[in-house]
This record gives sequence, C-alpha cells and structure tokens, in this order.
Amino acid sequence: MTDTLIKMQNVDKFFGDFQALKNINLEVKRGERIVICGPSGSGKSTLIRCINRLEKHNNGHIFIAGKELTDQVKDIDAVRREVGMVFQSFNLFPHMTIVKNLMLAQRLVRKIKKPEAHKTAMHFLERVKIAEQADKYPVQLSGGQQQRVAIARALCMKPEIILFDEPTSALDPEMINEVLEVMTDLAKEGMTMICVTHEMGFARSVADRIIFMDEGEIVEEAVPEEFFDNPKNERTKQFLSQILTH
Amino acid sequence: MDLTLITESVPKILSGIGITFQLMLLSAILGLILAVILLLMRLSGKWYLSWPAQIHIYIFRGTPILVQIFIIYYGLPQFEFVRDSIFWPILREPFGCAVVALTLNTGAYVCEILRGGVLGVDHGILEAGSALGLSAQQKFIYLTTPIAARIALPAYSNDFISLMKATSLASTITLMDMTGIARTIVAQTFAPYEIFISLAIIYMILTWVIQKTFGRIEKYLSHYVNP
Ligand SMILES: Nc1ncnc2c1ncn2[C@@H]1O[C@H](COP(=O)(O)OP(=O)(O)OP(=O)(O)O)[C@@H](O)[C@H]1O
Ligand SMILES: [Mg+2]
Repeated sequence: MTDTLIKMQNVDKFFGDFQALKNINLEVKRGERIVICGPSGSGKSTLIRCINRLEKHNNGHIFIAGKELTDQVKDIDAVRREVGMVFQSFNLFPHMTIVKNLMLAQRLVRKIKKPEAHKTAMHFLERVKIAEQADKYPVQLSGGQQQRVAIARALCMKPEIILFDEPTSALDPEMINEVLEVMTDLAKEGMTMICVTHEMGFARSVADRIIFMDEGEIVEEAVPEEFFDNPKNERTKQFLSQILTH
Repeated sequence: MDLTLITESVPKILSGIGITFQLMLLSAILGLILAVILLLMRLSGKWYLSWPAQIHIYIFRGTPILVQIFIIYYGLPQFEFVRDSIFWPILREPFGCAVVALTLNTGAYVCEILRGGVLGVDHGILEAGSALGLSAQQKFIYLTTPIAARIALPAYSNDFISLMKATSLASTITLMDMTGIARTIVAQTFAPYEIFISLAIIYMILTWVIQKTFGRIEKYLSHYVNP
C-alpha cells in the first residue's frame, strides 16, 4: 500500500507574532517511518502536534487519511482516533493502574466492553514486555517502563499512525534502548510513524526519510544514507557535526 | 475553678451538638455543591457565567461571616419580595438563615480551593487524554476530577474545620447550638471561665476527629502516590 496517510500543505503556525512553522509541506505514506530532527525551538514538536490538533495551524491544509483537519469537533475526534501520540514525559494517568491506563480510552472513545478492553490491554502490555506490571501504578515503574506503557496505551487504540515526540530524551541512558527496541519492532511490523528524536543510530537504521528542521522550516529531507553521508544544506551539516561529536 | 459546675454543664452543652452537626453537615454538603457550580462557572470561559461567580466569591470572602449572618437574618426580611418568595420558610427561621449564610460563605472559599486543585493537574496528562480522543467532558470527569480532588483535599479539610467553628456564630441569632447553650448557662451561673473552657475543649476534640477523618481520606486518595 502506498496511499497517502498524512498531507500537510503550506502549513503556517503562529504563537502570537512568533511564527513557529513556516510553509510546511509534508507527505507521509502508509507504512512510512519519518524521523524529524533539528535544534531546540525549531518547531519539531509544533509540527507533529498540529497533526493531531494539540496545536491549531493558522494557514494551509492538513489531511489525515484524506480527511481535512478543520475546527469541526467531529473531524478532530475522528483524526485523534487514527493518530496515536507518545510524549517525552510519558504522561500516564497517575491515579490509574497500568492496565486501567490502557483501558480508559478504549472504553470511553472506542466504546469497547470491559473484558475485551482488558484483553487488548494485556495483549499490548505483553508486546512491550511489561505484562507483569499491569496492576501497579505509574510511579512504581521506571522511566523506560513507563514509556513502554505509554506506547502500549497508544497501540490499544489501533491507530493508523503514531507520533513520537522525543520519546527517549527524558530517560536515563540505560533505559533508552529498551524503548528504542519497542519502536524498532513496531517499525518492522509496518506501523506508520513520525518520530522526533536525536537518536541518530535509530534514525539511520529505521527511518525511510529524515527531515531536518530549523527556525520553523523544513530545511532538508532525505533518505538516511544521503542525510548522514552527503547532507546538502549548511545548517544540516553544522547540526550533524554538533550532534555526532557528542 | 468549680469542677462540679463543669461536670454538670458539659452534658448540657453537648445536648446542642446535634444542632452544631446539622449546621456543619448541611452547610458543608450544600457548600460543596455550590462550590462545584461556581467552579464550573469560573472555568466555563464565558464572561456572563464567570463574572457572577467571581463577584460572589469576592463578596463572601471579603466580608466577615458574622456580618453575612446578620444581613441575612435581620436584613432580608425587610424586603416584601423576600417575604413573598418561596425561600421565606427557610429565611424566616434562624436555622435556615444560618445554613444559608454558612453555605454561601464556605461555597466561595471551597470554590477557590477546588480551582487550585484543578490548576494543579499536570497539563501533559490532559494532553495525553486529548491525544487518545477523550472529549473535554470525559477528561474533566476521569482525569481532572480525581487528580484535583487529591490536590485540594488538605486545603479543603482546613476549610471544613473553619466551617465547624463558624457554626458557633449561629448562636448570635438565637440558635441553641453548643455555643448558644453555653452562653445561656453563663448568663444563669455567671461562671464564664469554666463554661467557655469546657466549650473550647469540646470544639478541640471535634477538630481532632475531623482532622483524623480527613487524614484517612487523604491517605486513601493518595494510594497511587505512595502505593
Ligand atoms: N504554546 C506556545 N506558546 C508560545 N510559543 C510557543 C509555544 N509552543 C512553542 N512555542 C515556541 O515555538 C517554537 C517552536 O517550539 P517547539 O516546541 O515546536 O520546538 P522543538 O523543535 O520541539 O524544540 P525542543 O527540541 O526544545 O523540543 C519555540 O520557539 C517555542 O518557544
Ligand atoms: Mg519539542
């Protein structure tokens, strides 16, 4: 399948007078893995948050599976059902056990009955190798475990695509790999994903395309080999030399 | 210090504990309902709902509760339309007036306490709810409310204790709560020292019980913070 899942056309985003996104054009096909990188404040988060309407774009058009994102609540709800998101700070619901974290939206949004929601939750907890923690509370888990739960929670909604916003940058170094492994598995299974990350090893091995952003613009867009070995733009070169020496 | 006077008067004072409890519980329940309504009005984002709520809070936090009780008890019956209204059966009685005053007062304070709890809910958690497709209403019920309740509880328990103590002001409009009875005994025995000390100790014990009860609830609601 090569049909277009996400299409952004001439998208601008302003925070007051400040322009955070400048004329963004981006197409993501079903099954594609996109990595977005760029310096702090370049608009990476803002870009993916526009895709599920956590931020509202000011100009241009965004289509998700052919449906345009407008102010209509119905459209936003429909889009959010298809688009999962994983945050830097996990954002698990602290007052619910792990398995309840995974069941809540299934029950409320998908209207799935309790036994089936529970089954789905346990299935995905097993997939992120954490089923034995099902009845614990988020504070009882390590950062890496919490992030895997957050990924499982997004998967329970059976989304068409998952957006990741720096999923490993709040983690201690020894926990980064367990999360990247889960994400790599997902990629192998054909999940469409857009991932903001500075894990260049992951980007090189998993991404179909890497997008470099700076000051609200997409500066460079290339397949990994080209991006790392032969970057065209000066700003990309500078960014890569900084990040790869660290 | 006349000990027999104390042992004789404490049971008499305690006969008013029923009124004290009724004032406290009725006002606490009605006040909490009022506080939630005021809170929803404040959070609605609509000025014609938010402003009246803020004005109410400003008035009832900005004036002494004793003055509020006097205005409601002595002031309102002056108006023909009050006497003709459906609220007259309540406002005619000192008990009704005391409950109305305490409710309006505690409602204003508790609204601000609850608002503090709501504002204390981590924004990221609500964003995660949105991203999963929860509606604004669902987020409020399943995420904001339980988390905010735990944050607000310590401040709420303080307000509850203030309310319990404020019920004693009802004695100024002839109600025979514990304080009202104590004042009557003092008027008969001219022994303010013994009687009021006894009364103070009873209130202290009540405060202790309330504190312990809220401590339990707090512990229960915090089970996910310290499992
Ligand atoms: N809610 C907001 N209000 C005002 N300005 C904002 C808001 N969110 C983001 N910005 C600004 O928009 C710009 C882009 O922010 P964004 O979070 O998208 O950057 P980023 O590339 O994700 O950076 P980082 O790597 O630090 O996460 C920044 O200059 C930021 O200060
Ligand atoms: Mg960011």
